[in-house]
Amino acid sequence: MSAENKTADNIHNRKIVINPGRLFSSPGNVLTAVILAMGLFITVMRFTKGLGGVTNLDDNYPWGIWISFDLLCGVVLAAGGYATTSAYYLFGLKSFNTAVRPAVTSAFLGYAFVVFALHYDVGQPWRLVYPIFYSPGATSVLYEVGLCVFLYVSVLAVEWSVAAFEWLGWKSIRAVIVRLTIPLTVLGVILSTMHQSSLGALYLIAPSKMHPLWYSSFIPVFFFISSMFAGMSMVIFEGALAHKGLHAEMDEHHLRDADKVVLGFGKAASIVMMGYFFIKLFGLAMDNNWKYLASGYGLWYLVEIFGFVLLPSFMYAIGAREKKTGLIRLAACITVIGVVVNRFNVSLVAFNWQLPPAEKYFPHWMEIGLSIFVVTLIVTAYRVICYYMPVLREHPDYEAH
Amino acid sequence: MKRRTFLSFLGVSGVAAVLPTEGKAAPVKDFAGHPDAVGVLHDSVRCIGCRKCEAGCQRANNLPMPAQFKKPAKPFDDLSELDKKRRTHFQQYTVVNKYESSKGKTVFKKFQCNHCQEPACASACFVKAFVKTKEGPVIYKPNLCVGCRYCMIACPFYVPTYDYDSALNPLVYKCTMCYDTRLKKGLLPGCVEICPKDALTFGKRSDLIKVARKRIMDNPGLYVDEIYGETEMGGANWLYISPVAHKELDQPELGKTSAPELTSGALGSVAMVAGIWPVLLGGAYFISKRREKQAAEERDAAVRAAVAETREEAETRLNTALDKAAKEKDAEVAREVKKTREETAREIEAKYNPPEPEPEEADAETEKNTEEDA
Repeated sequence: MSAENKTADNIHNRKIVINPGRLFSSPGNVLTAVILAMGLFITVMRFTKGLGGVTNLDDNYPWGIWISFDLLCGVVLAAGGYATTSAYYLFGLKSFNTAVRPAVTSAFLGYAFVVFALHYDVGQPWRLVYPIFYSPGATSVLYEVGLCVFLYVSVLAVEWSVAAFEWLGWKSIRAVIVRLTIPLTVLGVILSTMHQSSLGALYLIAPSKMHPLWYSSFIPVFFFISSMFAGMSMVIFEGALAHKGLHAEMDEHHLRDADKVVLGFGKAASIVMMGYFFIKLFGLAMDNNWKYLASGYGLWYLVEIFGFVLLPSFMYAIGAREKKTGLIRLAACITVIGVVVNRFNVSLVAFNWQLPPAEKYFPHWMEIGLSIFVVTLIVTAYRVICYYMPVLREHPDYEAH
Repeated sequence: MKRRTFLSFLGVSGVAAVLPTEGKAAPVKDFAGHPDAVGVLHDSVRCIGCRKCEAGCQRANNLPMPAQFKKPAKPFDDLSELDKKRRTHFQQYTVVNKYESSKGKTVFKKFQCNHCQEPACASACFVKAFVKTKEGPVIYKPNLCVGCRYCMIACPFYVPTYDYDSALNPLVYKCTMCYDTRLKKGLLPGCVEICPKDALTFGKRSDLIKVARKRIMDNPGLYVDEIYGETEMGGANWLYISPVAHKELDQPELGKTSAPELTSGALGSVAMVAGIWPVLLGGAYFISKRREKQAAEERDAAVRAAVAETREEAETRLNTALDKAAKEKDAEVAREVKKTREETAREIEAKYNPPEPEPEEADAETEKNTEEDA
């Protein structure tokens, strides 16, 4: 009893202590250490041997899974930040209160590590500031993506810093930033709308290289709308993971409202996904692409929109109506996988679809290894932040955020 | 003077004439290309697949010989190399491919950068590392390149290549029409100069189109009636005429829409997003705030009403109770008065008409009542 009280007293003022003896204390920690070591090895290889030493990229496939997964999926799955902050701060949905901090934290980490991973993918990462500060190529969709991601990662850093300042006890800076909440939230939605859609718009320039089922002049809209339910599903999915691994860091308020967040986002995701399903169909109809459905690509396309959009949409709807949070969590899992499938379909399956099989790309193990390394870094950073900072709990010195 | 040499001369002098002057800003819509831009016409009827252009390109650009390639290849005079389908790479900016056509003819096609009039690579580049010169060639500025390789995604012809094995200075490589190395000096591109069969003709693009049309007209049945590159994605400065459908020679089927046009709609909507979202979101914010305020006001009003009602009710109840108490008191007083009066009457009666038996009992009772009243 007295030990418990002691923990409760100190939980908000934890000092950073590194205990080397505990680093390898659990199988999870050992696995993390192994992955981090592998990541360091790949890093050395990448910056000594060049991209050719660690990837299977070639002149026909200049973009591999570091773009498909680390950039496209990384950005879309970090959309929970704008989805949650706009739901709570702008639309006034009070039950999302406890979801804001974790969503902003994971969005900030998601974007920060997208930028981190890009340093591996571009040939000359030391020039990554060129498009913004030195030679802006404003005719490029990628310029818009770069500018918006750069600005948005800054916005997220500021939004997230409130938790850090509460932990550090820097009350006056925190107070200033809290007053900026509404403008920052609006800016976040604007920037997200732009770059989420622009990631799809990147492919507008290459109609001849894309399979018609995934090429549409509406691809920016598809990317933006799917980012909404991807973000919501990710909040639900991460919440489920956090309840497994970080339960001890959650306060009563968080635990009490967790199911409300699941039900609320489940219902919203169901509606948005239904809309998305129909605009995908409208896209098919407008380009008159029905004939492509009767092929292998067509079958895979149908799997994507029925299996990974319509099915989880129904599961969400039933789960929300009957208050079955387990069903909603399963739907979130399927949706997250489905969004990853969609981004891979656009960037790797549909792209270069006419090339003969022998010339197709398959990732090198070190490309997959680096992506696993980046995800591990995100998870580790998230755990560390939630351990020290008031993310899954409120800080007693401050009113409810 | 041979026609090729003549046109080449014309073209080169054209370049020289255009080089020092400032071009006027080109209109964004319906851009028809820089008027004096040069290009090259490749004639697949004349091409014999000798690979001399490949060798000429290596020499003009100081590129290594095939034996020194990263993936070593057969020397340029070994024509068996043509049996496999090849593409360009960072050590080779042009290749010739051989096609067995549907007409039973063996046809060759040279592949290199087509120097589009509205290049996808330049439109896609986020640091302006690609420049469409008004003279025609699309050139590359290596000192700007970040190495994102979006140009390679964007190019419909799969032209830009990358040096994936360089750790410190990986760059994009492609044909520049020998802009810096030869055109500026008044020399023909390396491949054109060396071609022994007049399969490559250098000149002003507008002239090349006329030449191509004339060849097609003058030789009925020899050419298909289509100049590839005339309209493809806004037109290219490298043009092709062929004895078979261009599609058979792996020329991609492209629309007329240029690369900048394909993305201009999406880029143009940026301003609208920035303008409309704050209005809608601000609206949502103020609506939700207003709702909150309204709910709070309604709650306050309800509380006030409830308090007032309760107070009124309490007052009524109090008044009723007081009334009741007063009435009860009155009734008791009346009762007591009546009782006293009756008893007094009885006393008086007893006094004056004393009953015969038990006189002491009545006395005692009268005494007691008097005490209580006092």
